[in-house]
Amino acid sequence: MKLTVWTYEGPPHVGAMRVATAMKGLHYVLHAPQGDTYADLLFTMIERRNHRPPVTYTTFQARDLGSDTAQLFQDACREAYERFKPEAIIVGASCTAELIQDDPGGMAETMGLPVPIIALELPSYQRKENFGADETFFQIVRHLARPVAKTDRMTCNLIGATALGYRHRDDIEELTGLLSDMGVEVNVCAPMGATPSDIARLGAAHFNVLMYPETGESACRWMERDLGLPFTKTVPIGVGATRDFIAEVAAITGLSPKVDESRLRLPWYSASVDSTYLTGKRVFLFGDGTHVKAAARIARDEMGFEVVGLGCYNREMARDIRAVAKDFGLTALITEDYLEVEAAIEAVAPEMILGTQMERHIGKRLGIPCAVISAPVHVQDFPARYSPQMGFEGANVIFDTWVHPLVMGLEEHLLHMFREDFEFHDDAGASHHGGKAVAAPEAVAEPVVAANTQTPAPQTGEVIWLSDAERELKKIPFFVRGKARRNTETFAQQKGLQEISVDTLYEAKAHYAR
Amino acid sequence: MSLDTALPKTGGCRETPVLKQRGQREVFCGLTGIIWLHRKMQDAFFLVIGSRTCAHLLQSAAGVMIFAEPRFGTAILEETDLAGMADAQDELDSVVAKLLSRRPDIKQLFLVGSCPSEVIKLDLARAAERMTQTYAPHVRVLNFSGSGIETTFTQGEDACLASMVPVLPTSEARELMLVGALPDVVEQQAIGLLTQMGIGPIRVLPAPRAADQFGVGDNTVFALTQPFLGDTHAALERRGARHIPAPFPFGEEGTTAWLAAIAEEFGVSQEVFDRVTAAPRDRARRAVAQASEMLRGKSVFFFPDSQLEIPLARFLTRECGMTAIEVGAPYIHQNIVGPDLDLLLEGPVLSEGQDVDLQLERCRAARPDLTVCGLGLANPLEAEGMATKWAIELVFTPVHFYEQAGDLAGLFSRPLRRRGLLKLEAAE
Repeated sequence: MKLTVWTYEGPPHVGAMRVATAMKGLHYVLHAPQGDTYADLLFTMIERRNHRPPVTYTTFQARDLGSDTAQLFQDACREAYERFKPEAIIVGASCTAELIQDDPGGMAETMGLPVPIIALELPSYQRKENFGADETFFQIVRHLARPVAKTDRMTCNLIGATALGYRHRDDIEELTGLLSDMGVEVNVCAPMGATPSDIARLGAAHFNVLMYPETGESACRWMERDLGLPFTKTVPIGVGATRDFIAEVAAITGLSPKVDESRLRLPWYSASVDSTYLTGKRVFLFGDGTHVKAAARIARDEMGFEVVGLGCYNREMARDIRAVAKDFGLTALITEDYLEVEAAIEAVAPEMILGTQMERHIGKRLGIPCAVISAPVHVQDFPARYSPQMGFEGANVIFDTWVHPLVMGLEEHLLHMFREDFEFHDDAGASHHGGKAVAAPEAVAEPVVAANTQTPAPQTGEVIWLSDAERELKKIPFFVRGKARRNTETFAQQKGLQEISVDTLYEAKAHYAR
Repeated sequence: MSLDTALPKTGGCRETPVLKQRGQREVFCGLTGIIWLHRKMQDAFFLVIGSRTCAHLLQSAAGVMIFAEPRFGTAILEETDLAGMADAQDELDSVVAKLLSRRPDIKQLFLVGSCPSEVIKLDLARAAERMTQTYAPHVRVLNFSGSGIETTFTQGEDACLASMVPVLPTSEARELMLVGALPDVVEQQAIGLLTQMGIGPIRVLPAPRAADQFGVGDNTVFALTQPFLGDTHAALERRGARHIPAPFPFGEEGTTAWLAAIAEEFGVSQEVFDRVTAAPRDRARRAVAQASEMLRGKSVFFFPDSQLEIPLARFLTRECGMTAIEVGAPYIHQNIVGPDLDLLLEGPVLSEGQDVDLQLERCRAARPDLTVCGLGLANPLEAEGMATKWAIELVFTPVHFYEQAGDLAGLFSRPLRRRGLLKLEAAE
């Protein structure tokens, strides 16, 4: 039993719903109690879908448990077929139905429906949403995809995009364009937009583009083995990763890796002098493994940030993320415990968080700017405008998104110079953000008692801040104060100091000057 | 006491046969009630013993995560708990011990049963009893079920309040109890009006804090502020309390009838009643008249959601000039919504329970001007060109009593007004 406050991932049957809802001509019959239909609103409200997800729930109640829930399932399955006439049906159980052991898969297979029935085994008490999506799509592919003749023209499949995915809609468009520039056509994009008959002709492509390992890797591995389709290993998020991806596609296809980069603006925006202020910004990264891995590279190599902490919530990606962390000289935080993430962020006091909607809330509480890089999704993550993460336009979008929450260059200087000013005090925030500036609190004259200046201020960590030093620290603008505090404490610990005085503060400043 | 609420000449809907269908029910489970109950009871913590699905539902229904550590959480059952490798009762003890040491502000702990905990027959009553002994007098531990197999949406609040009734001390005092979790501002309005009539002392269930204890007994009379409190109603009657039946306090007419029933019970004179209610009644009438302009002559179709459907249909048809085509409710407690049914003009189909696909077919065929439905259906119906009102907003928004009567009409008229405002059709 584990106490959970907020979760990064839903149960595995929600993953299966993400696949079913992304596809066309597929229906999901879910053995589930009344109430599990809440999941519909994730799709109709967060993603603003204009159709109900193609899911029939048996919605059994307590009174059904004594009688025949199995019959209820069979009725629901038959009626769903009659009403929706899908090309294929996936069947499974949610957490409660798993306990009553009705075996929906076995029952559905014996019903003699004239379409393929794909049974899902999604262990609700062990696994989570991403596993559910990955496993569901893998089972669909394994049941329906057959070896077929390759297309004459060079084609690929785009694999992994689902409903409720973080910017999946726009990533598909961006990659389709990029591949087309290289001379590669898309054979099938799946699960998003694919029908069961499209799945059957996946093998006609020459290779697979694995867009999201979280939801498409098992299927890609199976297709590599059973259909002879190689798949790309680089997820093209960021300038470097996009170029590596192009090189990978070129190596698989023998096509030229030369593509038009004229739309790509991130390199110049990052090099231009006004971006100098981004140098060494201390950032903390958290999200799903794929997006964190990509974001770490962008943060360091393309934005010039310092990555001070990173991690992911999906254990399936733990190995990858640990390797990335090692490369950055960090220890990866692999956890699904929101409070643990909050504590980690508080401890390293970054200047910016690149995280999920959950970290956005952490940032709000701690007063740290945050840009969102990954699912779990929120209605804000489905903007009306074109806003991909992948490819060259994705890099441009990421530059804008990450810079937006920060206090900008010249404004940063003004804050340094006029920090006592009524408009430029700590609580005023960046001027380009909404919200009314709060008037500076009236300065309360502190009685200065000579003897008092050496009394220890409240303790942070193991080193004690003397009150003089604490006051001096407050004079440093809020957006670098966390860094100053941390640097000084690290410096004091290295020097074996028990207390931090004003001198220690400036010694540390000199030590870390660059 | 006399009331100028005229009964429909053709008879009300109390005797109307109810359409009952069995199929997929597109409704929330009772756990959803925790979202508003934890705001109302400020020193209570709601611990759901359930699965990742329960935690995900609470998070999705809450919409935004406002609080770092909200006063609700889920003890997620794991493989070891189900396989009997760990004693679930011991596991629960250790989760609760950790929770209570971390949150010393908690005075009431609700162990909330879910579908999985009900199916594995985890005895939460026994757990609550054991924990009460361990943590008394500092923390009171109660249990109720919010599972989908037993409760639909607002029935979770009913189960929660019903669990609080047996532990109320016995009292012989002649007191009025208002039952139902309402936003503070609305609750204060009701108490204010009743106090001005000289009625008191007035108690509210649930009380905002565990320390605000009061008793119940043969001299207690109670009024329900929500129509979904059937179990709580029964639990209070078992303690000797007597219910004051009345239409529910939605709209000017409903509020007046509800107040009048209580006033009559306490022997308030017509003159005092009129003096206290005249001004707010007048305001409510004017507000409803203005806010319901868009609604007059329009038709409405209710999908089942919160059990508020019958009282709201009564308000929309009698005060806002609408016609009801179908009024669907998850459950119909005849004895509780009877007074509303008496006032509801004959005509609409009354349905209890749901087969959502069949109901959608009826709805599409009827093409109502406004469809009141859950979030899972609203956008798909809008995409088909039908105007919808999310039912859940009616539960989360202050809509009771005089001062909110106009707002209540406004909730229904806004979708129609918005359609009139938008000029988005492509040029021909």
